[in-house]
Amino acid sequence: MVAKKKIAKSKGKTSINKTSRNSADSMKVSSRVKKPFILKPNIPPGPISEKWNKHRFNLKLVTPANKRKFEIIVVGSGLAGASSAATLAELGYNVKCFCYQDSPRRAHSIAAQGGINAAKNYQNDGDSVYRLFYDTVKGGDYRSREANVYRLAQVSVDIIDQCSAQGVPFAREYGGLLANRSFGGAQVSRTFYARGQTGQQLLLGAYSALNRQIGLGKVKMHCRTEMLDIVLVNGHAKGIVVRDMVTGKISRHSAHAVVLATGGYGNAFFLSTNAKGCNVTATFRAYKRGAAFANPCYTQIHPTCIPVSGSHQSKLTLMSESLRNDGRVWVPKDKKVAEKIRKGELKPSDVAEKNRDYYLESKYPSFGNLVPRDLASRNAKEVCDEGRGVVASGLGVYLDFTDAIQRMGENTVRERYGNLFDMYEKITGNNAYQNPMTIYPAVHYTMGGLWVDYNLMSNLPGLFAIGEANFSDHGANRLGASALMQGLADGYFVLPYTIGQYLAEIGEGDRPSLDDPAFISVQDEVECRINTMLSIKGERTPTSFHRELGQIMWDKCGMERNKTQLQEAIKLIPRLRQEFWSNVKIPGENASLNQNLERAGRVADFLEFGELMCRDALQREESCGGHFRSEHQTTEGEAKRNDDDFSYVSAWEYMGENKKPKLHKEPLKYEEVKMTQRNYK
Amino acid sequence: MNLKLKVWRQENADDPGHFGIYMVQDIAPDMSFLEMLDFVNENIIADDGDPIAFDSDCREGICGACSMVINGVPHGGQQGTTACQLHMRHFCSGDTVTIEPWRATAFPVHRDLIVNRTSFDRIQQAGGFISVRTGSVPDANATPVPKEDADLAMDAAQCIGCGACVAACKNASAMLFVAAKVSHLSLVPQGQPERERRAIAMVKQMDKEGFGNCTVTGACEAVCPKEISIDFIGRLNREYGRAILKKGNA
Repeated sequence: MVAKKKIAKSKGKTSINKTSRNSADSMKVSSRVKKPFILKPNIPPGPISEKWNKHRFNLKLVTPANKRKFEIIVVGSGLAGASSAATLAELGYNVKCFCYQDSPRRAHSIAAQGGINAAKNYQNDGDSVYRLFYDTVKGGDYRSREANVYRLAQVSVDIIDQCSAQGVPFAREYGGLLANRSFGGAQVSRTFYARGQTGQQLLLGAYSALNRQIGLGKVKMHCRTEMLDIVLVNGHAKGIVVRDMVTGKISRHSAHAVVLATGGYGNAFFLSTNAKGCNVTATFRAYKRGAAFANPCYTQIHPTCIPVSGSHQSKLTLMSESLRNDGRVWVPKDKKVAEKIRKGELKPSDVAEKNRDYYLESKYPSFGNLVPRDLASRNAKEVCDEGRGVVASGLGVYLDFTDAIQRMGENTVRERYGNLFDMYEKITGNNAYQNPMTIYPAVHYTMGGLWVDYNLMSNLPGLFAIGEANFSDHGANRLGASALMQGLADGYFVLPYTIGQYLAEIGEGDRPSLDDPAFISVQDEVECRINTMLSIKGERTPTSFHRELGQIMWDKCGMERNKTQLQEAIKLIPRLRQEFWSNVKIPGENASLNQNLERAGRVADFLEFGELMCRDALQREESCGGHFRSEHQTTEGEAKRNDDDFSYVSAWEYMGENKKPKLHKEPLKYEEVKMTQRNYK
Repeated sequence: MNLKLKVWRQENADDPGHFGIYMVQDIAPDMSFLEMLDFVNENIIADDGDPIAFDSDCREGICGACSMVINGVPHGGQQGTTACQLHMRHFCSGDTVTIEPWRATAFPVHRDLIVNRTSFDRIQQAGGFISVRTGSVPDANATPVPKEDADLAMDAAQCIGCGACVAACKNASAMLFVAAKVSHLSLVPQGQPERERRAIAMVKQMDKEGFGNCTVTGACEAVCPKEISIDFIGRLNREYGRAILKKGNA
């Protein structure tokens, strides 16, 4: 009833003020009991190698007989979500798992190609837990939390055992033992893989464990169901409000604790390698209810993606980085030549060797085409900005295999990269054996996420974040093959222990009824928001807003950022948001399958979240990992960190609609690893 | 290019459904098939129409969400290609393109081109797993797997669960899908303890869901975007027969 009254009031063109009042109003019951904003990392004392073992011993336990009295909500069914839901159910908890896809098997973890790192030292090449820890901290450009990273390296070995036992068909040697490959940022071979579909196979492993628990009745699975808000009772996360994407029904779900495994926010850029449905809604809604959002400006741009082909482009496709092992990156030295290529008047083979600029090889003689992702990406942007790009849009460089084919023969190249060449041809229609590939960087992964402590619990008690949805392990830059590792580490081996501490503390009685005023109020808000959006009936589709936001983000908060552009973005985004709330056009109604309504809700959140990303990028007056501020670079054009002033996690507190969020800082202490400047010359 | 689209429109599972006709212009050859539909939808919305609902997510051929029959062939007939990886350069201006959802009793239509494939999930829940508890497992290298077996298991495990095999089959049989999972898990040593149980349980659930029988015509193999071999159906038949002989028809 309450909701209906509000709709009646907001019929017609709704202004931004009205919407903001709606959301502000409803905060009253649900989260008015405002706890002081404290970020306590809860890192256990003692030597780094002992921390996790001691901590596990010190954690409170829930006895087996009592576990079945607890209910846990897991949102998301990717590597982190599926593995945690399955493991929690095995332990005896009752789990409700939610995903927006039609099946948990389709979560975007499925698209990871390369592999998964683990400190097994199966190659006897000097790998160890300590080395994986060290490489990850260094690769993250000294902006991750040491204790969390060490634990990640420790449990990495168990992941491989677990997946192998589930029947994951990892690549094998003839002796039947596991094969390894090497990957960027490491000098040892520690990456396990299943052809180019490692993410798929690991996810299907976790999905099979989840299926077993669904079959046993311990997990209740809700597919095609989108989480739209989180419910706090007395400051604790106690449930969620969701929309059934087939019927439009909004419903409430309560639990003793809520786990968000909802992935990253790369789609803030509209074009990214993320799946179309990936969104920030779950973590952003948690932020608006008081959870700290950490390091939102850290995004990873992958250098080898297929360039944008036109304004119709809906997403970008990544091609494995391994291509840079044998392909040579170049553009013409002269921008007039590049222009002729763009117009189709010249072919790449017409450009004589001396007129080509193999810019990575000349700039970084020792690493050449194999420099880390951020450098390869930034240099491609630089040459294209100079007008030397080679695709129609101007945004693309060559990745040329001519030399490799001459050296090794076409068959060897086909054996190594055949599937990638095929995929490239499917998408572009070009044969890369005959003509060089064209590539351009694309948004790929987001290192930032909800702030969590050592137990993976956010500053809101009872709210946990795992996998890409949290922030803690990759610092400012993630190494290849580490995303799968972190998702499964959190889901199989960390959260199932640490959540017990919280549950043991609160006791089994602490699960509010669905009729609690906090639940009713959040549901009202969710319904009201949907109805407001539907009632605007403006001129522009949700996708057109999303594209425009993406362009702003890419231009002003992309591979390279500076103060002026970020400040511009912080002005442009609220204007676009305002237009959205007065001019969005959503066909159809709530009470049926309505994909534009789903999209609109996600875009609305990105329109707020994008601004937060820019604010974070603006305050971080240094360059580190994936965050490159053009004002802060060495004379050679490399990222220049400022450890004295910026070795902290930026954690943002939501202060209310159209108010500046508040920055909190968690200082980062490096006791084990010495901070150094990265150098790849 | 300009195309005439004949698209299946159905409001919900109870609606009998009909074909809608759309004359579309200015399609770029570099668009993917789904980007073409995005483009058409944006125009439909501009004209106050009802946009075409279709499933898609990763748009790089691995999640298995996209599910449409294009000109009578699931995923559109490019070998080893999902609809999301099919590009408009394979069509000619003036073509009429017919787009329908998967059609099978076990895949009821939710709306337009979106079908309900939870029957596939239930088959997996019946036995498509190896029962291992998190943590209570041996070292990965304690159980060597011959490379040939691991490779063959991987050939089967590549299945993306899209359901094209069912859509292509005149009997709407799910044999290729079930065969892929049963084969994958029966080929690795870790899958041996539950081998018979799994084959029987999954086949039983498949029948219960209303999928048809297999007459080995091979239409499934022809349209499978991951080119999973029909040989695996032979393997499933053998696994099932073996299980019945060992355990009886449970």
